[in-house]
Amino acid sequence: MPSHDVMPNMELYQPVQVEDALEIANRYADRGWLVGGGQDTYGWLKDRAKSVDALIDLSAIDELRGISETGEGIEIGALTTLTEIINSEVIKDKFSLLTEAASVVASPQIRNIGTIGGNVSQDVRCWYYRRGLSCYRAGGNLCYADTPQGMNREHALFDTSRCVAAGASDTASALVALDASMVIRNSSGEQLISAENFFVGPANDIENTTVLRSGDILVAVRIPNTWAGANFYWEKVADRNVWDFSLVNIAAAFKVNGGNITDSRIVAGAVQTTPRRLLNVENAVQGQPKNERTAQSAMQMAADGARALAHNGFKIPLMQNLVKRAISA
Amino acid sequence: MSLHIGKNFVPPDVPGKVTGEIKYAEDYKAEGMVFARLLTSPLPSGRVVNIDASDALRMDGVLGVFTADDLPPTAPPANPALASDYVTYVGQPILAVAATSEEIAESAIDRIRVDFERRDFVTDPLESLTPGGKNAYPEGNVLVRTREEGPEGTPIVGAEIKDVKWPQSAIDSMRAGRDPEGGEFTTEWEFGDLDTAFAEAAAVIEEPFVTIGYPHHSLEARTCMAYWENGKCFFHGSSQSQSANNAGLARMLNIDLADLVFINEATGGGFGSKIGPYPFMAITGNFSRVLNRPVQLRITREQEFYIGSARSGIQGWIKIGVKENGKVCGVDLAIVNDGGATGGGSGNSSAQHTTVCLQPEAMRYRGISVYTNTTPRGAQRGPGQNEMAAVLAPMTDKIAKQIGMDRVAFRKLNGLRSDGYQGGSQGPVTSSFIAEALDQGSRAFDWDTKEKQARDLGGSKKRGVGVGIGYHGAGGRGYDGLLRITPDGRLQVHSGVGNLGTYSYASNARTAAEVMQMPWERTEIHRGRSDRHLPHSSGQGGSNTIFTHARTNWVAGQDLITKMKEIAAMDLGGSPEDYDIGEERVFRSDDRSVGLTYAQTAQRAITLGGKFDGTEYPDDINPLTQLAVQGVQGTGLVGVAKDNIPGQGQPPGNIVGFCEIELDTDTGKIEITDYAAVADCGTVQHPKNFENAMRGGMVWGVGLTNLERHVYDPQNGLPANTGLYQNKPPTNMDVPIDTIQEAVNIPDPQNPTGGRGIGEPTQGAMAAALASAITDALDGHLFNSAPTTTDMIIDHLAGNDYSTKSLKTNTF
Repeated sequence: MPSHDVMPNMELYQPVQVEDALEIANRYADRGWLVGGGQDTYGWLKDRAKSVDALIDLSAIDELRGISETGEGIEIGALTTLTEIINSEVIKDKFSLLTEAASVVASPQIRNIGTIGGNVSQDVRCWYYRRGLSCYRAGGNLCYADTPQGMNREHALFDTSRCVAAGASDTASALVALDASMVIRNSSGEQLISAENFFVGPANDIENTTVLRSGDILVAVRIPNTWAGANFYWEKVADRNVWDFSLVNIAAAFKVNGGNITDSRIVAGAVQTTPRRLLNVENAVQGQPKNERTAQSAMQMAADGARALAHNGFKIPLMQNLVKRAISA
Repeated sequence: MSLHIGKNFVPPDVPGKVTGEIKYAEDYKAEGMVFARLLTSPLPSGRVVNIDASDALRMDGVLGVFTADDLPPTAPPANPALASDYVTYVGQPILAVAATSEEIAESAIDRIRVDFERRDFVTDPLESLTPGGKNAYPEGNVLVRTREEGPEGTPIVGAEIKDVKWPQSAIDSMRAGRDPEGGEFTTEWEFGDLDTAFAEAAAVIEEPFVTIGYPHHSLEARTCMAYWENGKCFFHGSSQSQSANNAGLARMLNIDLADLVFINEATGGGFGSKIGPYPFMAITGNFSRVLNRPVQLRITREQEFYIGSARSGIQGWIKIGVKENGKVCGVDLAIVNDGGATGGGSGNSSAQHTTVCLQPEAMRYRGISVYTNTTPRGAQRGPGQNEMAAVLAPMTDKIAKQIGMDRVAFRKLNGLRSDGYQGGSQGPVTSSFIAEALDQGSRAFDWDTKEKQARDLGGSKKRGVGVGIGYHGAGGRGYDGLLRITPDGRLQVHSGVGNLGTYSYASNARTAAEVMQMPWERTEIHRGRSDRHLPHSSGQGGSNTIFTHARTNWVAGQDLITKMKEIAAMDLGGSPEDYDIGEERVFRSDDRSVGLTYAQTAQRAITLGGKFDGTEYPDDINPLTQLAVQGVQGTGLVGVAKDNIPGQGQPPGNIVGFCEIELDTDTGKIEITDYAAVADCGTVQHPKNFENAMRGGMVWGVGLTNLERHVYDPQNGLPANTGLYQNKPPTNMDVPIDTIQEAVNIPDPQNPTGGRGIGEPTQGAMAAALASAITDALDGHLFNSAPTTTDMIIDHLAGNDYSTKSLKTNTF
């Protein structure tokens, strides 16, 4: 196939108000593309693996930026950059799990430009799909990765339904663990949807990774005070220490009383298309001491239901080890 | 005491690189320039049946399409600039389209329809050698070098493709870690009595191993620009070399040497993929001539993956026997190289590396290079040597332990010495001090202490300590030097050496200034464009330049001095032997007041003509150097000579590396906590640059052992990781920041300034030491694989299988 790296011709809109962005997005429907920092967008468009008639650049809309404390928690504008999130004292103070997750996304240069909205909305990184092959996710009728000889080292262990791509967002795991909600605005108004339900797996929708559809704009992320100041654990394992997507990540929040876990959220990333909440582990550790012994007894069940592909079986012990470390930390 | 050698200085091009003012090939624009882009193959194997570019040609701004029919035909296994009858890898260029803007050219590509006929393809060499296995070419799967007698008895050396299949028993043996007996090889050599050697051995190991090739991903993609004026081609290219390009590029363009100006002031990396002219240069130059417009052919990052060359992969087997006293008595080595779509294997170099490290008393090497429908392979930093270093180091550790010997002591006993040999022909070396380097490195790293420390660090962390050797041949002979003293008294150094970022061109010019005892600020370097009258030089590859061009500058300098003395004797009396040089003068040894300044000798040279001003020159200099001398004739005192300094043997570049890691058994992650490397590269010419070279190679050694590899889907021949980040070159967060780099600094006797090259083994030393450390951290487990990646470590600890255990290549 040809190797492209010049941006194709398309219209560019740079609205300064959300309402205008919505109007344009509605007008173009699926021939329009919303862009924030562009770190996922430009690759698709320059490679010409996807094409659109219009780019709707949201970066000039001030309403979509900024971090503010509300009575119930904090609200982060969708166009807030990852670097701004990392540098936010209030997030560091209350929700350091997100700080840690954001601080290991990609590279410093990408974090300076990339936004939280973009990071959670990004598409999967299956190389077959990214290459522009006509797989199920691209509207075709096969999966290249889920075959005995497929090169699927970085693909999913769980929740695969015709598609075995793994989610690529690090902040997504943290936001699910923090019980965050996504604020979505469209021409009908505004709705709040939990982070857990914001992300969709292939069984529900094989062509999209989130509930966002054309005409929707993710305007903000809200984090309630539920887990503010909790006992957090974040770890990302990737081949390199910068610039790589997770092989597996773990985002965990614990409430601990007298050394025992009273509540927890334990979320694994990059093991399926969506962040995977490990409910069985959460249930198993409820009321248990937060220590090595509990960790050892609970870690195995983290991988219950995993189906290894030809090259990604290592993710099973890796995931179990990260769960162990999260509980015993 | 040395004036310049061994002292730091700022190479003249460094400020421009820091400010961004220096120009690379893509930075050059010419009036009326048009933009060309490549259309590349979507198939791993096939042939072009039809090209319909009519829609594209109707577009406004599209000027033309260039196909394989527009170039002289090439027969496989040559690497064609544009493919037609033999399409052999995904991403192979099929045609170029030129337009008045890049946007139009890109859009035009999508309007061109190419019909292909598919052929069988293969991505794994052992699969191809298996009975019934597919071949990369219709004619076969193996490179065979041919040699026949040509006119007047001169040999004609060529290459052809043969169909080779091994018996299944040989395939099975190799995968099981045994001698692939019965397998056919195309290269074999042997010395000593191997049977006796193994019979005498106190310990023997047999191991299979696999090293996976990966792309060079030179940071500067090989964009080039060419235009023609009055029959002369001005070619802006990206190359490691300068003069070494001219003859080949002129042939590609079908012009005389004098009609080519090759411009290459700076190059952003090559690592072996840009040593000489590469096929795609033919597109730009010839397309420009056809269109009668300047043409820039821009290569994208993804195309750089496809056409920018790659390291050959290895599927191998080795048997090593050691006597009770620790001396290696026998080595039996078999290598199947992955030659990609086109390219020779580097197995012989792997064997050579093995001889340097182990100095076996008897050895056999068998090699075969098998084509696959993956990207073309070629030289990449220590080709054969560095990947062999990575897998050999843990095996060396294993056999040292079996006879109860310290791993450093074992290497000291067996490593190449000055009276040792290298390679299958057991050729001599100019000098070698691996033992001294190991001693020095042991002290710097504190090996004795670290080796005895506990490996268990508590929790999930394990310590690993490793040692390894990197090596490459590091010098050549027989090239030309060209210097001038101009009437202003300044030293003009004409350098045909390329500037790939190693600054060896500048270090070598210091030799000229040293010989002439000239202040550096009065020395000017002419380089970067062949119309600056540059002599014939080596290609900048194989770590050769420091040795090779110290010698050329030396001999040219001696020629200047000889001529100065003759002029002085002529004018002032006496004989040339009565004169000496210093302080920019040539003077009588017994009366310094009697003499001429350099400036005066230059003026005299112009008056005298003949050999003094370049009107006459030696018979044995290269035609390119002759042109260069003609270009400077009459401008001053000319020193020109071919390096005929007597001597023999290969100058080796040796480095020993010591590495300490912490390995996390929960995550498979490695942190390098200490690294020390000591080079045996003769006298260090430029200390600061030496340190940079050591660090740079060290970074890439981490990539070779822990991160980088080709991955191809064998079902469809598609590459999985064409992007730069997907190839996972190490970042600054993956390597140690504070490291020790030293040199034994013992002068090489066959270089007047004592230096040998060091560019390649800097990678091999870290690759080897890191592999050794990983094995050490895991209680001696041999992965026998490069790279050894996070997932492989996790799988090993979990007791899972991993794919490279079956010697698969181009895979995870």
